[in-house]
Amino acid sequence: MADVMTKKHTHEPAITIAKRDDLVWWKAWLIRLAAILIGFLLMGFVSMMLTKVSLGEVFSMMIRGAFGRLFEGGKATMLWKFLQETAILLCLTLAVTPAFRMKFWNCGAEGQALMGGLGAMICMLELDGVTPWLHTVLAVVLGIVFGAVWGLIPALFKAWYGTNETLFTLMMNYVATQLVAYYVLIASKGLTVIRPVETGALPVLGNQKFLLNILVVAVTMVVLFFYLKYSKQGYEIAVVGESQNTARYIGINVKKVIIRTMVISGAIAGLAGVLLVAGTDHSINTHTVGGLGFTAIMVSWLGLFNPYIMAAMSALVVFLNMGAAKVADTFFLNSSYADIVAGVVILFVVGCEFFIRYSVKFRHTKKEARS
Amino acid sequence: MKKILALLLAVVMVFGLAACAGNGAGKEEDLVVGFIFLHDEQSTYDKNFIDAAKAACESTGVKMVQKTQIPESEACYDAAKELIEVEGCDIIFADSFGHESFLMKAAKEYPDVEFCHATGTQAHTATDLKNFHNAFAHIYQGRYLAGVVAGLKLKEMIDSGKITAAQAKMGYVGAFTFAEVMSGYTSFYLGAKSIVPEVKMDVRFTGSWYDEQLEKQAAQSLIDGGCVLISQHADSMGAPTACENAKVPNVSYNGSTNAACPETFLVSSRINWVPYFEYMINQVKNDAEIAIDWAGDLKNGSVALTELGKNVAAGTAEKLATVEAGLKDGTINVFDTANFTVKGEKLTTYMADVNTDADFAKDTEAIENGIFYESKHRSGPYFDIEIDGITLLDRNYGE
Repeated sequence: MADVMTKKHTHEPAITIAKRDDLVWWKAWLIRLAAILIGFLLMGFVSMMLTKVSLGEVFSMMIRGAFGRLFEGGKATMLWKFLQETAILLCLTLAVTPAFRMKFWNCGAEGQALMGGLGAMICMLELDGVTPWLHTVLAVVLGIVFGAVWGLIPALFKAWYGTNETLFTLMMNYVATQLVAYYVLIASKGLTVIRPVETGALPVLGNQKFLLNILVVAVTMVVLFFYLKYSKQGYEIAVVGESQNTARYIGINVKKVIIRTMVISGAIAGLAGVLLVAGTDHSINTHTVGGLGFTAIMVSWLGLFNPYIMAAMSALVVFLNMGAAKVADTFFLNSSYADIVAGVVILFVVGCEFFIRYSVKFRHTKKEARS
Repeated sequence: MKKILALLLAVVMVFGLAACAGNGAGKEEDLVVGFIFLHDEQSTYDKNFIDAAKAACESTGVKMVQKTQIPESEACYDAAKELIEVEGCDIIFADSFGHESFLMKAAKEYPDVEFCHATGTQAHTATDLKNFHNAFAHIYQGRYLAGVVAGLKLKEMIDSGKITAAQAKMGYVGAFTFAEVMSGYTSFYLGAKSIVPEVKMDVRFTGSWYDEQLEKQAAQSLIDGGCVLISQHADSMGAPTACENAKVPNVSYNGSTNAACPETFLVSSRINWVPYFEYMINQVKNDAEIAIDWAGDLKNGSVALTELGKNVAAGTAEKLATVEAGLKDGTINVFDTANFTVKGEKLTTYMADVNTDADFAKDTEAIENGIFYESKHRSGPYFDIEIDGITLLDRNYGE
């Protein structure tokens, strides 16, 4: 019996996984870089098999999709589009982040942004005889308020009744989509498209319609970074996220923090909707946000809840989407291809976090003498 | 510091990839045509355009560039801009109704590029935009021919004693109660009526261009309501599948469903876009003007029928050939007011809403010499009359 016990003790599992906190930051980034490179290579080889062209051509197509012919001395048309898409995705990512830091799983950025856009659209279409600058200000304010209210509703229920915020915010997306669909039908008199209107639209800076959006989001990014990191409210969010009991013990009003943070979350998402509707589209439909509100959830995680890293991750995701769409269009692949490409790379990025947080050790394969 | 370095690293990763890729641009042809599609080949509607674009660019020897999944929003304008500035396109074509306003915006900005748009309605009134064009087809001719196939099938069923003439009722699954759909089902009905004068038809609307479940349910409820033959104007396999399951003959749209529904498939009509694409490309090649509003027909091959199913009535092909010849030489007119009544009376005048405006004003007399001329005053359909013999079981304007 004792013999058996000792034998068992000598048995070591083939792989040991241990949590580690000691990884140097640059090593962590090296792992992430390697993961992205491997992801890109694998995606490139899959594309090669599908398109029957060289790896270089696949990548050059992707670059053409995201940046146009910028590197061949062409116009910056696509670069602006790339920055705009990145800015909007980043804005939605910034929107969900304060809530996420509080461990409030806001899956409703899509709906909050749609409501923001709807608020701006209603103001642009229905208001009459207002001074142009005031019209624009009202459109922006109404949009942000709509977004904030769409964030406030699930927060109130969470704070008062402890309802599940994930389900609640998800459901609110559908309500927002239907409201927009309903408004489109009324405003377009039964046609399915609202013709673009200029009244109440945001001004165009320097003849470049995306510039204002990009600047607004850049400012929002910096402000949010300081808000989360250095303000008292940002600290309260972090404490509530770590432990609600601790927060209560040190005198933080948890309900107030939840409600306040979700209003901010909804307002920033509403801002994204305003930028889309009053800034560029000047019209609205149920696809205006186009699912970016959901992508933002992933980007927020990928960005480790840090606004600057989120900006880089937004750029990566947008690059993958635009590049893959170009490859798909060039080689007559359908839209599933773009999903696969983005999926493969992001899987590697997410997967590598495992190797950053845990160390994996293989058993030393010493030959043991068996009796 | 760490954060800034991390950020730099991330940016370098994205742009580093940009730098290492080779210059893989293909050789330049002289003419480049850019296509903007609402969805991709997974939608039968867009597939019909994509296949035609490939064929036309191949036959005319020009370069084709496409952008799929372009919604009916500012994204359409952006797509056009990109196609012109990045790909150097000389012609831009968009395939969805809702693209129109955004395409017109781009047309204003690029007067040297030709813009063509399917199913649109605004080119003929936008006289200041010389480079913006609409196109559609006299598809009601195809629907009428498909209706003739349906009528012959009904006649066979009556002659064999399977149904009585009074039971000759067809069902139709439509998307919306719009002119495009109404013009379609009315011409289909009139085709059948030219063979079986007693025929009746029930119509149901789904409120969506593509909703397989709804279309299937609508077809089933029509079958349950006594319809012995079904046709549809919606893009999914819903109605054909319901018919195959219930063994009810079906006339489909936009392409053959013969492979999936061999027992019940009769025929399908569709618009063939190759003639228009070739015309559009050749006009630009020859420095000639593209028509502001172009409507293809049976004669130039824009309106086409698929192969016949194995269970069509005997003699269908022969009858079709005669009717087709009649439509081509003008001896048969689909919307001849002698062939239908409205509330028991023959129609002598009808003001149609041809020019797009906010109030949907009826602005143009469509009946001349006893014939309602569809797709004459503009290519997009405007026949929206409810005629006797057709019962609308519901209506759906999209609310």
